[in-house]
Amino acid sequence: MAQRSRLEEILKAGSLEEILGTAVPYPKEIELKGELTRDMVEELSRIKNEPEWMLRHRLNALELFQKLPMPRWVVGIEELDLENLTLYSKPEIGKEVKDWEDLPENIRATFERLNIPEIEKRFLSGLTAVFDSESVYSQLKGEFEKKGIIMLPMEEAVQKYPDMVKKYFGRVFPAGEHKFSALHHALWSGGVFVYVPKGVRIPFPVEAFFVIGSALEGQFEHTLLVADEGSYIHFIEGCSAPMYKGFSFHDGMVEIYAHRNATVKFTTIQNWSRNVINFNNKRAIIEENAYVEWIEGSIGSQITYTYPSSVLKGEGARTAQYVVSLSNGPFMKDTGAKTWHLAKNTSSKIVSKSISANGGINIYRGLVRILKGAKNSTATVSCDSLILDEESKAYTYPHNQSDEPSASIIHEATTGKLGEDKLFYMNSRGISEEEAKSLIVLGFISEILEGLPFEYVEVLKKVIELEFSEVGGVG
Amino acid sequence: MLMLKVKNLHVKVADKEILKGVDFELASGELHVVMGPNGSGKSTLALTIAGHPKYEVVNGRIAFEGEDITGAKPEERARKGIFLSFQHPVEVEGVKIIQFLQRVLKNLRGIDEVEAYDMIFRAVQELGLEGSILSRELNVGFSGGERKKLEMLQAYLVKPKLLILDEPDSGVDVDSLKVIAGVIAKLHSEGTSILLITHYGRILEYLNPQRVHVLKDGKLVVSGGMELVKLIEEKGFAAVDADGTAVKA
Repeated sequence: MAQRSRLEEILKAGSLEEILGTAVPYPKEIELKGELTRDMVEELSRIKNEPEWMLRHRLNALELFQKLPMPRWVVGIEELDLENLTLYSKPEIGKEVKDWEDLPENIRATFERLNIPEIEKRFLSGLTAVFDSESVYSQLKGEFEKKGIIMLPMEEAVQKYPDMVKKYFGRVFPAGEHKFSALHHALWSGGVFVYVPKGVRIPFPVEAFFVIGSALEGQFEHTLLVADEGSYIHFIEGCSAPMYKGFSFHDGMVEIYAHRNATVKFTTIQNWSRNVINFNNKRAIIEENAYVEWIEGSIGSQITYTYPSSVLKGEGARTAQYVVSLSNGPFMKDTGAKTWHLAKNTSSKIVSKSISANGGINIYRGLVRILKGAKNSTATVSCDSLILDEESKAYTYPHNQSDEPSASIIHEATTGKLGEDKLFYMNSRGISEEEAKSLIVLGFISEILEGLPFEYVEVLKKVIELEFSEVGGVG
Repeated sequence: MLMLKVKNLHVKVADKEILKGVDFELASGELHVVMGPNGSGKSTLALTIAGHPKYEVVNGRIAFEGEDITGAKPEERARKGIFLSFQHPVEVEGVKIIQFLQRVLKNLRGIDEVEAYDMIFRAVQELGLEGSILSRELNVGFSGGERKKLEMLQAYLVKPKLLILDEPDSGVDVDSLKVIAGVIAKLHSEGTSILLITHYGRILEYLNPQRVHVLKDGKLVVSGGMELVKLIEEKGFAAVDADGTAVKA
């Protein structure tokens, strides 16, 4: 009961005005409001000038959406009024959407202390829709084209590469999975299509927002990444710097298909303004000897639901899922990972690290299933919670199930607390409470930071330091 | 010059009065020893001077270099030059020792990370510690002796004005004891004032204290020279009664 009323409290405090101080107008070119009807979905498809098959895909999804019940595991958003959501909005591209001064003060304050170039600052904070850097990134685009790498907005891909898109779209994460995946498939807009050809290895991490602009930043964005045999890509979406969001409900999706011997690393760090209820649907299908690594970091939003999932389909397929969630303040993260072992000699590793502070709530929800016949498969799950004060909470709901006698699942869980004596020890060495917290948090997640590019980690560290400084919870 | 002045100090922990009026003065550059039986309030005295929030000063005051610090935050006291070497240093998971020491040197001595890095490695060698210790997490899985040596390494790097040592000799072997006493002697010779709390006389073989205080039931019952240590070693703390008459006689 106490838990429930706490959540209600969180939700009540969730209005933009209350959390950010003032509401920020978000001008829109096209806006569809009200009830979600067949007409609306048809109009959306017409605006995008879509082929018939995509319209049918959307309408099927709409039908499923209307039939499917609200999933029982969604805590906290029972009262979400879908009819009142702004379901499709397209920022006016080509000119500045907002003034720097219009951004919430705490977002501005953070950016001023992050030491990133003005041009990136404006883009990262959501001020401009298009990252304006002709030189470096257009060169990169040229390189990609030469090697046959495709990386372009999803809408464009539907027009230019319909056969390829059709082959995978909605096959990894089908619309009928649950109510929110159906809603997503009915209304998807924006996102990226990525194809890495056979044997092509991209030797550096691709920070998608610099290549693809704001396409990833939609409300229902759909990203589809296909890594052909023996290819390699590390794709980074999102950014740890705070980003203002004009919508209050997000329902995005990522589908990954890793063919034989391919390696895909997919990194997301989300630090959105605290007005957003964030729903993320992420799944990979992993073929023989391929490897998919998810890094899912959630810093911002009011409530986040995200569980990167891996289907180990081919023999010897491997996956690792690193999930980091920080709930600092009256916010909640419901995160975890899901893994299905379908073939022999597959292996998986889940590492979840949650940090709860200042009344924040973290919930870990994980699933590992080893099916009969997935001989000699191994899974390890480690689930660590760090609780920084008495008001904050962490819960874990792991579900591990093996139907294969030769397989093994190892599960470890720890809960650490920042007690008075630990804090005093740090204080007595001249380290303030805020500094002590950020040191402990950065140390706690250091294993995960190791896999990220240097500049990226530097910004992330600074963001976490600021998170516990007097600037406080960001945006 | 007076380094530390403790005046009529009364301290409560969880509503129980532990210190019941403690007075003493420590002049700059001196080494004082506080001895006393278990439960007499020795650790309370150390933790109160360092500013632990659980230890409530109900009466009296603490002055450091003439300035009242009774209500100062622990990090402010550290920045002024007070360093407490803990009897039981806590484990802080996730924080690597090298990064911790770099931060400590930055905050307490204004030394930048790169210079600190070199200093730390040199200090580890000078104290004869294992270099691999630096990549471990703060006190996590450390033995009692290792913890005490890490406290000494920190003191050695910080070079505080006032070093308070809470039983640096408990739970350590003879070799570690020599290392620990060596650091204390070195800091003392370089001008650090020292308040050494101990249960035994063992460590004093290596040191040369100016004054010895005996704490019993929350009060300093007697102060004197090394002869007090001999008396206690021979006859136990019972030899020193509430008003110290046994010694005076």
